[in-house]
Amino acid sequence: MSSKHSVAVIGAGMHPWGKWGRNFVEYGVVAARAALEDAGIAWTDVDFVAGADTIRNGYPGFIAGATFAQALGWSGARVSSSYAACASGVQAIASARAQILAGLSEVALVVGADTTPKGFFKPVGGDRPDDPDWLRFHVLGATNPTYFGLYAQRRKSVYGATDEDFAQIKVKNAAAGVHNPYARYRKEVTIDEVLSSPMVANPLRLLEICATSDGGAAVVLCSVEYAKRKGIANPVTIDGISTVTPTFPNAVIEMPNFATDSWSTVAPNDLTFRASIAHAAYEEAGISPSDVSLAEVYDLSSALELDWYEDIGLCAVGEAEQLLRSGATTLGGRVPVNPSGGLSSFGEAIPAQAIAQVAECTWQLRGQADGHQVEGAKVAVTANQGLFGHGSSVVLSR
Amino acid sequence: MAQAPVVEGFFDPSIPALVGTRCTDCATVFFPAERSWCRNPRCASSTFDEITLSTTGTIWSFTDAQYAPPAPYVAADPYVPFAIVAVELADEGIVVLGQAADGVTVADLEVGGRVELVVETLYADADGDKLVWRWRPVREA
Repeated sequence: MSSKHSVAVIGAGMHPWGKWGRNFVEYGVVAARAALEDAGIAWTDVDFVAGADTIRNGYPGFIAGATFAQALGWSGARVSSSYAACASGVQAIASARAQILAGLSEVALVVGADTTPKGFFKPVGGDRPDDPDWLRFHVLGATNPTYFGLYAQRRKSVYGATDEDFAQIKVKNAAAGVHNPYARYRKEVTIDEVLSSPMVANPLRLLEICATSDGGAAVVLCSVEYAKRKGIANPVTIDGISTVTPTFPNAVIEMPNFATDSWSTVAPNDLTFRASIAHAAYEEAGISPSDVSLAEVYDLSSALELDWYEDIGLCAVGEAEQLLRSGATTLGGRVPVNPSGGLSSFGEAIPAQAIAQVAECTWQLRGQADGHQVEGAKVAVTANQGLFGHGSSVVLSR
Repeated sequence: MAQAPVVEGFFDPSIPALVGTRCTDCATVFFPAERSWCRNPRCASSTFDEITLSTTGTIWSFTDAQYAPPAPYVAADPYVPFAIVAVELADEGIVVLGQAADGVTVADLEVGGRVELVVETLYADADGDKLVWRWRPVREA
């Protein structure tokens, strides 16, 4: 599937997700060293470092590329630092890919890591009535799970999703996560356990809402030619990257907004923003959803995974419940979704998460996902969405 | 006790109604009010009329907050869970969030149900009551 727009992923590494409470730089360095070792590349061979930023860890978090470069030992490599909410990791990957495809970089290291506070994500401190992310908490008490709850209830009312469907997503992802050494939660759960956990944002319960985690992930990217020179004849390649923004009018209510755009004068695009994200990656890779062997999607809530089935084209709108119930998206099914265990098993480490999705797909395509391997995986897709019009999708193949 | 909106420019408690703007060129409606540049990518206008939005709409979806949201939300002590409603305003072609009115729970709400805008006290501090818009199901006659 690789084309002249492809770059090779020759290394992937992670620091296990958890609530370790240490400096995020440590997780990033552990992940970076693991990725370099996996690639068989010396740190000093890296000529470009793309960092994904964290906004909750002070200045070093805002200039993550330089932070990780310094921690690994200044080597003169060029750096970039990206912040794009939940899509930060892929924006960093896109930045590295552009350097490689332009011939400006031979081998690039992409790193994201985070240390997170306990409980709900909350806005950065201070009194900031001009910041919609601050205002939505102050005026509405609208947390992230508020928006997840709205989407989940909408699915129940419009498509007939049941609480058991939502719980089944958690059960499925927890069962996969048991086998992932980098996952934070590695314990099977039952439907009853999910449905008896405390209600948080109706109809979503505590076990259905992704936690916030510490963690780090890294990948080593290079040109396909460079990989071949290194003796890697058949590398995993990134064939498409999407970091598209919405088109006006965005008619779906999204974090951190108080309202949608108005569609009274301009008709909304046929594709919703969330659907447009993977669509652009497929288009760039020249594939269609039917080519996909597995997907890693952003299950910020159990119910949201069902929305993604439709948004990445695994089924038509309104058919996600049916796809889930058929077992197609479970490990061993036709197109497993979140074989890593997903955010359900990881919790979210924002700048690391989209990179972790790509790392998981890399291992899956190499056949190295022990215990949670998707047999015969040829093509993988990732998808995520974050605040303020950010989203990302990556198509990989081998 | 003095009363004041918890946020400037989002609603007029005297009507009560949400306050938005309409582009004088392309007629796109904005809430919260846009007063700088029209955000329709094919419109270069920078002039707007202030408007009030429809005060009734239909429920697009709803949820609740069973745990107290973190600051800067000012939660009652002891905390009382509240419902949140996403309301579609047909004339404006827009979905607007708001808390549900005091005493309304998710059991009182359904997608497609009618709601009307009310103004209630979000919290009180030393300066007085801080007001917010909320949505209340319309009792069918």
